[in-house]
Amino acid sequence: MHVAVCVKQIPDPAAPGRLDPETKTLVREGKFVMDDSDSYGVEMALQLVQAAGGGAVTAISMAPNNEIKGVKDALAMGADSAIVVSDPALKGSDALSTARVLAAAVTRAGDGAGPVDLVVTATESTDGYTGTTPVQLAALLDLPAVTFVKKVVCDGSKVTVERQTDEGYDEVESTLPALVTVTAGVVEPRYPSFKAIMAAKNKPCHVVGLADLGLDASQVGFAGARQEITEVLAAEERKGGDIVEDDGDAHLRIVSYLESLKVI
Amino acid sequence: MAVGTIWAVVEPSSGGAATNGLELLRGARELTSTIGAVTFGDASGAAETLGDHGASTVLTVDTGNAMAGVPVAAAIAAAVEARGADGPTAILLPQTYEGRDIAGRLSVALDAPVLANVVGLEERDGRLVAEHAVFGGSTIVKAAFTTDRVQLFVVRPKTFVAEGGAGGAGAVEALPIPDTGRPGATTVVARHAEERIGPKLDEAPVVVSGGRGLGDKERFAMIEELARLLKGAPGASRAIVDAGWVPYSYQVGQTGKTVKPNVYLAVGISGATQHMVGMKGAKKIIAINKDREAPIFGIADLGVVGDVNKVVPKLIDALKSR
Repeated sequence: MHVAVCVKQIPDPAAPGRLDPETKTLVREGKFVMDDSDSYGVEMALQLVQAAGGGAVTAISMAPNNEIKGVKDALAMGADSAIVVSDPALKGSDALSTARVLAAAVTRAGDGAGPVDLVVTATESTDGYTGTTPVQLAALLDLPAVTFVKKVVCDGSKVTVERQTDEGYDEVESTLPALVTVTAGVVEPRYPSFKAIMAAKNKPCHVVGLADLGLDASQVGFAGARQEITEVLAAEERKGGDIVEDDGDAHLRIVSYLESLKVI
Repeated sequence: MAVGTIWAVVEPSSGGAATNGLELLRGARELTSTIGAVTFGDASGAAETLGDHGASTVLTVDTGNAMAGVPVAAAIAAAVEARGADGPTAILLPQTYEGRDIAGRLSVALDAPVLANVVGLEERDGRLVAEHAVFGGSTIVKAAFTTDRVQLFVVRPKTFVAEGGAGGAGAVEALPIPDTGRPGATTVVARHAEERIGPKLDEAPVVVSGGRGLGDKERFAMIEELARLLKGAPGASRAIVDAGWVPYSYQVGQTGKTVKPNVYLAVGISGATQHMVGMKGAKKIIAINKDREAPIFGIADLGVVGDVNKVVPKLIDALKSR
């Protein structure tokens, strides 16, 4: 079984974000890590290949600047190889352009390690959180997609999944190949051992350009996004109120506050 | 009108139209007078409700047992192309499970980019400008399309307030679904409802959310009990969803739900920007956290610095004894 898992390399989410004053897009700089949201997809991909009795996991990513640090995290967890599409023209790409690039990379992965049976992604990234890229990717690859998945069981040519809903979950069946998006917390991502981190350094990590994939710079980046930021302004600030130290009776303050709000 | 026709995708919800869809109709009404509501599943019978909320046309898609994304997007895309210049200039979709599925497929089918996480829409010189809240809601970014493709806006629930009284039942038209090929091969085999008492998270007047400060998974029961006593809904921070304590559907925040209850209780939540953007719109915020420096206190109307495992059990007892 061949699983392609998309991983996004993002600036450390703990660092405060800012916008580029000129392009007004999110500044992505500093130390890059694999988006935590993607660690669940990588874990699930590894478990599915193991359950299938073998195969390969290929990590897929893109970056404008040859960034591969975040992808190394996926390789250290156990992915067998990686394809990173890197090109300066990718800077400023929107969700649809991103999906176009990832689709070309998934297709390339299929040429390499055999046809891709399943594409796994997170439901949305931590830094951009548009949340449409996975389904756009599925549409471009002409694949069925099951989103917001809690559990996946592959059985030959078919996949059965539990899909999160507001009321509970749906049991959904799909043919393979397919794409699934995995919600956080549904599997426990493994911590790579020191040995695995060292081994990751020698795993194949193919950095390819747009032209290698037959893509044109006009389809991606700021040019391909076909949208612009027109204005950036400060939101109305919300003021804090009373802060009390709990002296054993702070719960009574909450009760009387709830009373004053007529909640109770 | 410069803006032209707007369509809004209205999901089904317990036999009728989902509130987040009615909210979109309200938003559309501020921008144009020609509005179509695209519905599927159980909502198809809601022509009267949809008309009352401003839809002059109700377009229905019969999705059967398929997941909605592929067939609904295919039907909309075909209808948009068939209508040409008479079709919609913009389509509003709710930022929900199904809404994002439909938006992604539609984007590719129509070769149209998407603006997501929209929290406001306005007309500026004849074009639509979307508002987005970033950095925990401290900054507003406005964006617009630079293409003449159909404009796809994925709007966060609670952006507009649903309001009826806008007209009679809309004219119903069934949209045919073209052949969806391989991507259409998903079937919902069974639906499982989890036992959940009380109001829905995004509609509850009171929301009680728990975070990492609870210490361990078992203590989330306290949050559920407190929510029940206040006739509210339990919610969660991303940290404990990531840790697998509660399902994703509980998550409040940027990558979860936006809530705007009358009262929001944040229990053991420090207030990462990720969380704040989803609950900042609450009328009143009460926070309990042991760290005096936690950012949540910066926006709380009442903040209690203390151990949640001491304060909350006493609060529960006090509420029970009333």
